[in-house]
Amino acid sequence: MTLFHKIAGAASGIAITCAGVAAQADILFWSTQANPVEESQAMREQVLAGFDDAVDYQSNEVGAWLTRFNAELQANSGSIGLLGALHGNFSAMNPDDLVDVGDLGMMSASGTFNDLAKIGTDQMQYMPWMQASYIMAANKDALQYLPEGADIDALSYDELIAWAANAHEAAGEPKFGFPAGPKGLKHRFFQGYLYPSYTNGVVRTFASDEAVTAWEKFRELWEHTNPGSTNFSFMQEQLLSGDAWIVFDHTSRLAQAFNERPDDFVAFPAPAGPAGRGFMPVLAGIAIPRTTPDMEASKALVEYMLKPETQIATLRATNFFPVVDVELPGDLPPSVQAAGAAVAKISGSADANPGLLPAGLGEKGGDFNRVFVDAFERIILARQDIRTVLDDQKTTLIEIMNETGAPCWAPDAPSEGACPVE
Amino acid sequence: MNARILPYVLILPVTLFLCVFFLYPFVLVAKQAFSTGACFTMENFREVTTYWKFPISMRNTLLLAAAVVPIQLALSLLMATMVTRMQKGRDLVLYIWTIPLGISDLAAGLIWLAIFEQSGFLNTMMNGLGVVDKPVNFLSYQHPGVVFLAIALAEIWRATAIMLVILVAGIGLIPKEYYEAAEVFGASPWKRFLRITLPMLRPSLQTALVLRVILAFEIFAVVAALGGTLFPVLMGETYAYQFDLLNSGAAAAMALIILAISIGFTLIILRVLRVPKGASI
Repeated sequence: MTLFHKIAGAASGIAITCAGVAAQADILFWSTQANPVEESQAMREQVLAGFDDAVDYQSNEVGAWLTRFNAELQANSGSIGLLGALHGNFSAMNPDDLVDVGDLGMMSASGTFNDLAKIGTDQMQYMPWMQASYIMAANKDALQYLPEGADIDALSYDELIAWAANAHEAAGEPKFGFPAGPKGLKHRFFQGYLYPSYTNGVVRTFASDEAVTAWEKFRELWEHTNPGSTNFSFMQEQLLSGDAWIVFDHTSRLAQAFNERPDDFVAFPAPAGPAGRGFMPVLAGIAIPRTTPDMEASKALVEYMLKPETQIATLRATNFFPVVDVELPGDLPPSVQAAGAAVAKISGSADANPGLLPAGLGEKGGDFNRVFVDAFERIILARQDIRTVLDDQKTTLIEIMNETGAPCWAPDAPSEGACPVE
Repeated sequence: MNARILPYVLILPVTLFLCVFFLYPFVLVAKQAFSTGACFTMENFREVTTYWKFPISMRNTLLLAAAVVPIQLALSLLMATMVTRMQKGRDLVLYIWTIPLGISDLAAGLIWLAIFEQSGFLNTMMNGLGVVDKPVNFLSYQHPGVVFLAIALAEIWRATAIMLVILVAGIGLIPKEYYEAAEVFGASPWKRFLRITLPMLRPSLQTALVLRVILAFEIFAVVAALGGTLFPVLMGETYAYQFDLLNSGAAAAMALIILAISIGFTLIILRVLRVPKGASI
């Protein structure tokens, strides 16, 4: 054997050993959450460092996230140990591709969440992991323009519009901010806030007369909305830059504003309409793919993620709240305190009208959202007639509901079979 | 090696590459577009073409191509003629003009975004000159014309160079004798351009136009950066079907529609600019 062969042999031996070690060592936590670099880093250093095994936390856009997962399923062999994503992402999956996590002996503290996690089957498809919601936030300078007699913790939509109008007049330009950008969560505002508040429903009442009123009101609000909103996706940026004074967004998409300048902003509940104060939770879950390389390690990691200490560390890292019963410590970041108080005020308000996440839509979740986004683009941006647009979009909605057979969810009244659009 | 089979051996790797990475995926995509589940269906095509945004995105894509490609053609012809006439510094100018070619289309979109944004260079400049009192938001739904203009500008800036490179190479191939003969007969420079350069450039023009038109129908990243969802184009809708709606069948159908349009225009260009049989440089 020549020297060259010896070296080559040794090198390949080392390479194989290294590859073996690398494959053995880390559990891959493949997630769509905690996407910003700082949050991913916090997940690694503050949340997952305490687990017995090394965890490789990787966060990605939904498209790339799903593509890799599907590729592993098709290859019937995978390296992903744990999936982290929103309820809507899991509900679009084939239930057989996820391992039942109902036998781990723990669950979230909310029965609603645990039911949602079954996604219409009789097994826990994913484990509720963390939750958030949507709130309003404003620059303290804008508080002076609040209409007389209005209580910021119990605003109505009319008062919000009046407030935005006052701010518009005072600043000389519209100062309400709405996340209508390509990555903005505008559809959740319509599904969880505007529709429940005006029509006490989402699907049944999609094209009702009350819905027409709701869109008329939103049109009024839009008069005082920064037209750049169609490019806004994380309202914390516009709060900090001053492009918007009063905004609506996901709690974790406002966190940076509160953490950077806690004294400059206030968080407050979403407004109320004739049918109450509609609001909706955000639920993220963790699931084990059937192709996990190490089932025991994956299950252990799920258990670890639901421990009270881990849940609080996750809250600090991501601004998503725990789903298990925990005593929240007093030294939480300003964003968490502000958002937590606002969410508590919404759910505790006398006229609260809690909604649920769309359920049972399977892979049609995206199409369902598009019905609302399209209605927004046509009614508000293209200024088409509200009645015509709603009647037109209604046919698409009926198709989706019939195809999926999804029963109604709150605040719509329960249905036998597919939720009807009235 | 036998001279008869040598050419085939030489193109074998490329052929294999194309089969594995183009033909095979293409067959898969076509299969996906024409099926839901197991059976053959046109459902995906019906779904994407009846969607209310489809005519708008089709119109936008075609309009953009119609506005951008002729300007690029004129510009690149002008630039190519200028470059070939230069005695000194020809390479330097050519390098500088082709810099945008090395920039990815998303980066190009971002560069122009930095110019047109509310807090961008254009606003800062106009503000500094006292033209406007406060920054104007150009790229909003209220100014669809400006959004279109910004996208067209970015595209012209970014992709004229690819036509330029092809045309410069083509002009270099035209024998000098033709020009000398024309000069002897007293043809003006304009006449020489019309009667010699343009006809002799036909094959290069063909290539340049085919490439450019196909790329124009595939426009995506520049639009995404500058227009977001304000300016729907076919490729953007395809992306939305695949990644927002997770509907691969509809995305595949959209991809095939774009392919059909590209093939259609390629055939038209090939036909219109065909080089007559027997004629060659």
